Amino acid sequence: MIDEAAILTVLEELARDVFDDDTIALGRETSAADVPGWDSQGNIMFIVAAEQRFGVRLKPAEFERLRNVGDLAELIAGKLQGR
Amino acid sequence: MSLLPWLPRHDDLGGAIRGLRSMADPSERLAALIALAGHDRDATATGRLDRILGECLASPGLEGAGEASAVAGLRRLRLAILPSHTVDHLVPAIRVAGLGRGLALEVTVGTYGLHRQALLVGDPALEAFAPDLVLLALDATAVLPRLPLASAESEVEAAIGRAVGELRQLWRGVRDRYGARPVQQLLLPTSPSLFGSFDRLVPASPAALVDRLNLAIGAAAREDGALVLDLASQMPERDDGCERFDPVRWHQGKLLINPPFAPVYGECVARIAAAAAGLSRKCLVLDLDNTLWGGVIGDDGIEGIRLGQGSAEGEAYAAFQAYAAGLAERGVILAVCSKNDEAVARAAFDSHPEMVLRSSDVACFRANWEDKPGNIRRIAETLRIGVDSMVFIDDNPAERAIVRRELPGVAVPELPDDVSGYAATVAAAGYFEAAMFTAEDLVRVRSYAADAERAAVLNTATDMEGFLRSLEMRLAARPIAPVDLTRAAQLINKSNQFNLTTVRRSEEDLRVFAQDPGSLALCYRLVDRFGDNGLIGVVLAREDEAFGPGQLLLDTWLMSCRVLGRQVEAAVLGHVAQAAAARGASALIGEYRPSGRNGMVAEHYPGLGFVPIAPPAGVHSGACFWRLDLAAASLPPHHIQLELTA
Repeated sequence: MIDEAAILTVLEELARDVFDDDTIALGRETSAADVPGWDSQGNIMFIVAAEQRFGVRLKPAEFERLRNVGDLAELIAGKLQGR
Repeated sequence: MSLLPWLPRHDDLGGAIRGLRSMADPSERLAALIALAGHDRDATATGRLDRILGECLASPGLEGAGEASAVAGLRRLRLAILPSHTVDHLVPAIRVAGLGRGLALEVTVGTYGLHRQALLVGDPALEAFAPDLVLLALDATAVLPRLPLASAESEVEAAIGRAVGELRQLWRGVRDRYGARPVQQLLLPTSPSLFGSFDRLVPASPAALVDRLNLAIGAAAREDGALVLDLASQMPERDDGCERFDPVRWHQGKLLINPPFAPVYGECVARIAAAAAGLSRKCLVLDLDNTLWGGVIGDDGIEGIRLGQGSAEGEAYAAFQAYAAGLAERGVILAVCSKNDEAVARAAFDSHPEMVLRSSDVACFRANWEDKPGNIRRIAETLRIGVDSMVFIDDNPAERAIVRRELPGVAVPELPDDVSGYAATVAAAGYFEAAMFTAEDLVRVRSYAADAERAAVLNTATDMEGFLRSLEMRLAARPIAPVDLTRAAQLINKSNQFNLTTVRRSEEDLRVFAQDPGSLALCYRLVDRFGDNGLIGVVLAREDEAFGPGQLLLDTWLMSCRVLGRQVEAAVLGHVAQAAAARGASALIGEYRPSGRNGMVAEHYPGLGFVPIAPPAGVHSGACFWRLDLAAASLPPHHIQLELTA
């Protein structure tokens, strides 16, 4: 079972790839505004990469409710648990 | 699954991309980056490559950095995209795909939805950019106002005419205002069906509108010299559970193309840009053994290779040959590069009856025991083309790897295990994207078995006789020769329906039968104006004690069902009667053995003018016999020309 902390680690890797910056460090409270290049376009690319990596789908409403990386990790964990 | 299946996979693409960062020399770094871009890559890796590409191209140390036309061996080309939907996520993939086509693409994206203003009124920023190509990336709602579903055909026609007229004005703006060539993205069908299949019968249904608009745009583009980007046909619709058009992405950010499909979208655009710049590939270099036929001709011999009708595998090879022939017909140069004895390899081209490609189709034929990169270089010299306009097809992964390493300019697609997928892979790779097609491109015109065309002729011919005449059928008849044995035995062991006796024979049995001087062993090929139908019939006959000398019993008569209803039986009978008479026979004896599956030929012999006779004692139960007196017979008429071959 993959927990939220592990998900966060994977998300950090993904963010480094998507935003092409190996210095990115993600915490639960990190939000798009904290990462250069993480605009609305980048946000979709990041979410798509996360969806593909974890094999989950986010509904538009879930996507819109996300405030920070912690929310995303929690959402993904919940979806993985629901399997 | 992968969206770029023709590109080889890299063991550690992420690591290799990271490695680019540590390379100091910009030229070296760019060369390494171009090599990585030639690997299968997802949208994330493609985006990372694009970022490094931007840094490389901005580096003043790069050879040709200040030049307008070329940089580090790449042709510079400027592409402006005028979109009605979000395309920013696609731009990196376009630039990276350009690298594989010898292009350094500079891409600008116009303001979303302002394409009319830019082209009809003018846009100083676009003018300053001075595009070579302008891609109009519009979705259906931007091209055509929604029509009431009940709109009459004439209203739909008029609306489509107006929409296409407006596009043509935009294309004129691209040319006149910016001196660029227009590329129109065809509409991508994204609306779920309203009526089901019946959509196509409702002129104003979204599905019918998209179809008709695309057709009309194609016709207008052809007249105006515009190019089109046909995403619906060139991009897969889904991959790995992921859809090309994802309504979630559309709702989130008006993304017409789902981000995971960006790399293949980029490919489709880059290949059009390459075609417009004259950088499409020109030559297809083909291996032979297990690429154009199954088996190794040096070991298996011309009779032993698997090719053509009779086995699924053989048909798959013939189909790939037909695809290559189609490319040749549109002007792609074909060459052969094979580790083989040249005489042995050429013999297949000259005398294997199922070969679709012939020696005359091959502009340069190199079969020897030297290494393939050297041979490919020689082919390029002979044809006076660059290796960077060649595509090399080989089933052997080791040969592919060697050619990739020695000649990085040659495109070497990864191929599926099974030849059945070769044509689709070569097509998906888009090496030969065209920007024009005129009569001069036709090296020669070749027509292949096209049942649809035959059916079209049947529709226009006023009657059946006229149809049969118009087919210009020629029946090539010959005694079964060693080279025919495999295919004839396959037919003997596979045919169930048009098979009078269903006597099965091994290849060896057939060889023995054919060699018996007292027997007739004949095979038939049918050629018509649409092409070669291949070996379609086998007749075996010999004297039989039960009927006495001078009477030939038709031991086997079978034909391929695909030539039914074309009077081929009558033509075959004409030939058998001739051959039997030449042997001094006075009569033919026909036998029908019901097998449970061959009811369609129960009336075969009486239909050809044979008269019933009593079955001899001790025959197969249920068998019926007929006789045709050769001296008195009036043979049934047909419209097929008989050709006797040795």
